[in-house]
Amino acid sequence: MNEQPPAIRVKNFEEVPFGLTPEQARLEASRCLQCKRPKCVEGCPVQVQIPDFIALIAEGKFVEAACKIKETNVLPAVCGRVCPQETQCEATCILGRRHEPVAIGYLERFCADFERLGGHVELPKKAKPNGKKVAIVGSGPSGLTVAGDLALLGYQVTIFEAFHKGGGVLVYGIPEFRLPKEIVEKEIHYLERLGVEIKYNHVIGKCKTINELLTRDGFDALFIGVGAGLPRFMNIPGENLNGVYSANEYLTRSNLMKAYLFPDYNTPVIKGSKVIVVGGGNVAMDCARTALRLGANKVTLVYRRAREQMPARAEEVHHAEEEGIIFKLLANPVKIIGDEQGNVCRVKCQNYTLGEPDASGRRRPIPIENSFFELEADLVIIAIGNNANPLIPQSTKEIKTNKWGNIITDPIGRTSMKRVYAAGDIVTGAATVISAMGGGRLAAKAIHFDLMGVSDPMITTACQLPKEDE
Amino acid sequence: MYEIVEKREEVPNIHRLIIREPNVAKKAKPGQFVILMPDEKGERIPMSIVETKKDTFTIFMLELGITTGKIANMHAGEQLYAVAGPLGRPAEIEYYGTVLLGGGCYGIGAIYPLAKALKAKGNRIVTIIEARSKYLIYLEEKLRAVSDEFYIATSDGSRGTNGHVQTVLDRLIKNGHRFDHAKFIGCTYMMMNCSNITAPYRIPTRVALNTIMLDGSGMCGCCRVSVGGKIKFACVDGPEFDGHQVDWAELMKRKAAYQEAEMISYQTSPHICRALIESYFGESDE
Repeated sequence: MNEQPPAIRVKNFEEVPFGLTPEQARLEASRCLQCKRPKCVEGCPVQVQIPDFIALIAEGKFVEAACKIKETNVLPAVCGRVCPQETQCEATCILGRRHEPVAIGYLERFCADFERLGGHVELPKKAKPNGKKVAIVGSGPSGLTVAGDLALLGYQVTIFEAFHKGGGVLVYGIPEFRLPKEIVEKEIHYLERLGVEIKYNHVIGKCKTINELLTRDGFDALFIGVGAGLPRFMNIPGENLNGVYSANEYLTRSNLMKAYLFPDYNTPVIKGSKVIVVGGGNVAMDCARTALRLGANKVTLVYRRAREQMPARAEEVHHAEEEGIIFKLLANPVKIIGDEQGNVCRVKCQNYTLGEPDASGRRRPIPIENSFFELEADLVIIAIGNNANPLIPQSTKEIKTNKWGNIITDPIGRTSMKRVYAAGDIVTGAATVISAMGGGRLAAKAIHFDLMGVSDPMITTACQLPKEDE
Repeated sequence: MYEIVEKREEVPNIHRLIIREPNVAKKAKPGQFVILMPDEKGERIPMSIVETKKDTFTIFMLELGITTGKIANMHAGEQLYAVAGPLGRPAEIEYYGTVLLGGGCYGIGAIYPLAKALKAKGNRIVTIIEARSKYLIYLEEKLRAVSDEFYIATSDGSRGTNGHVQTVLDRLIKNGHRFDHAKFIGCTYMMMNCSNITAPYRIPTRVALNTIMLDGSGMCGCCRVSVGGKIKFACVDGPEFDGHQVDWAELMKRKAAYQEAEMISYQTSPHICRALIESYFGESDE
C-alpha cells in the first residue's frame, strides 16, 4: 500500500496510508482462497463474512462488498483503519501460514471508502417500528453498534452523548491522521438516516439519571456504553506540574477540540519540543505521533516492558519508528522535575528488566535497583491506560460494579439492574474499538430477546451474573 | 443549540446571561456549573449556575479572553453551540448556625444561590463582597435580601471598607463575630487569603475552585488539584473543596499554564478585532 513518506507526514495530520487502488484491491482479493471453513471469520470479534465480501471485491462489485460487511459491522471504514488485524482475522488466515495473509484490513477499508466517496450510501431495509424505545448512553463504538442493530430491528433509538460531537473515542481519542473525523461524522449521519436520534451535551448521571430515563421518559431498555473514561496517573512526584498531561486530555485537546489548528480553533495544547510519552499501547503511539506533528524536535516513548510486549497495533509501532520516535524500553519514570514557575523540565527514570509472566501473561517488569537516568522534557504525556468513569455507577446504585469500577454483566451484557445493559470499555476495561462493537452486538441481541422474545444462538435465557469476587 | 434569552452587561466586563436549557434548569443545585461553547471552534469553559427559572438558567460571566469575549459579543436571540450540565457536586448546604459568605468578581453572583439556600435552611447569613471599585458592584439588592449582615469592600475605598473580603472578615472576627461555616467564591488569590484567615479559628471553610476545565465529567484530569495531599478532580469531586486542604501554590501555577496561548489567541482573533472595530466605527456592511 502506498504511504506518505515519514519526513513529509510528520508535518501534517493527513492519513498515512493512501489506500488501495481498485486494481490493487482486485488483485489482492483474488489471492483469497475462499476457504470452505474460513478461519478469518473465527478471528473476527463480530464475525464479518470475510470471504464473501472479498469475493465481491474480486468481481469488481465494491459497493456490494461494503454492504456485505455492513451486515455484521456497521463501521467498516473505521475498523479497516483501527482494528489490530494482525492479531485477529489476518492472524488466522490460512494463507498466512506459508505466505503473507490476505490484506483483509486494507480490503475492508478500500470498499468502505469506495462506497462513501461514491456519494450515495444505500440504506438497508429496516423492520417496521415495533413500538419499543431504547436509550443508549454514549456514542462510542459500542453505542453506535447497538444503535444501528436496534434501529434496523424497528426500535426507536435515542443516543445520549456527553460531548458536543459523537463518536466517543473515535473522535476524541484516535487522531485525525489515523481516522479522519469526516468519516466518523458520515457514519453517524448514516445512523441518523436510519432514524436514530442523538442528543449531544447530555451527561447522563447529571442532567438525567438512568432511573428517570427508564421510568419518567418511558424507555423500555437502556444500554450503557460510556467507555473507560477516567485517566490513570502514576502517582509519582511532579505529576501536577504544567506540561504533564493525561493521554485523554492531550488527545481530546488535539483531536476533538482540534488544537492542532490553534489559534483558528481556540483550545490550546502545549506543544513541547522535547516530549516524553509514558506507555506502550495505541494511545501512547497516538500521543507520540501527534506530538511530532505539533512540532516536537524529539519524542521519546518510555515503556517499562520490551518491544515484543507492547500492546500497540503493529502498524502504529512501525509508523512511529519510521517517523523518528525514540523508543526507550525497559524504563519507567519515577519522578517528574519542574522549574520555579511550575513547568516540567526533566523526568527521572529507572531501568527495568523482565521477570516471570504476570496475570496478563506478559513477563513482569522488575525495576533494577539504583539504575536511574534523566531525560529532558518540556511535555510529558501519561498514557498508561484508563479506568472506569464513575459517573453512572455513582448515580445509579442498582448497577453493580467490580472493585475497579467496571460494570458487572452476564456474558451477553445484562447488568444487575433490570432492563439495563452494558458493553465496551466500561465492562472490560480499556480494550479495542472492535471488541466494544462485539460487546454491543451481543447486548443488542440480549435486548431484542428480553423485549421481544426473539431468540438467537448466542443468547442464554437466564441472567447469569458472575459472582462478586470474580 | 441553546438560546440566549437575555443578555446584559451588568457592570463593565461582567455579563448576566439567561440561557434556555430545560435539563439544567430542572436539575441544577446550588454550587453546580455548566460547560459552555460559544461556537464550534470555541473552547469549553465552566460557568457557575446562579439561578434557575422554568426552563432557563442564569450565569454571571467575567469577560476575560477569547472565549468569554466571543460570548460577550453575542446578543439575546443567538444560540450557544454547546451547553452541558449541571456538572459538579452540589455545594454542602446544611444548618450550621452563622455562615460567612465571601464573594469577589464573578463570585458575587456565584454566592447568591448558596446564600439563598443556606438562608432557607435557617442559617444566619453574613455576606461580604469585594470589587476593585464601586462601579463594579452588582446583585447588591438580591444579596442583601438573603443576608442578615452585608458588607462591601473596594480596593480603592470608593465604597465600604478600603480593602478586600479578608480585610472585613479579619475585623469582624476580631470584633467578636463567631462563624460556624464559611464559603468563598472568587479569584484563586482571594479564596486562598480568606481561607488563611479562617484557618487559625478552625472555621470550616469551603471554596469553589475555578480550575481550567476541558470535558467537565472527569475523563481528562485537566482540573486536577491536590487537596489534603490527594489528587481530586474539580469537575467531579468538586468544585467545592475544603479551603484549608487545598495546595494553593500548585493550583495558581496550574491556572497559569496557558497564559502565552491566551495572549496569542486574543490578539489574533478576527472576532475580537471586528467587535472592537464595530464598537468604534459602528456595524460594518460586510
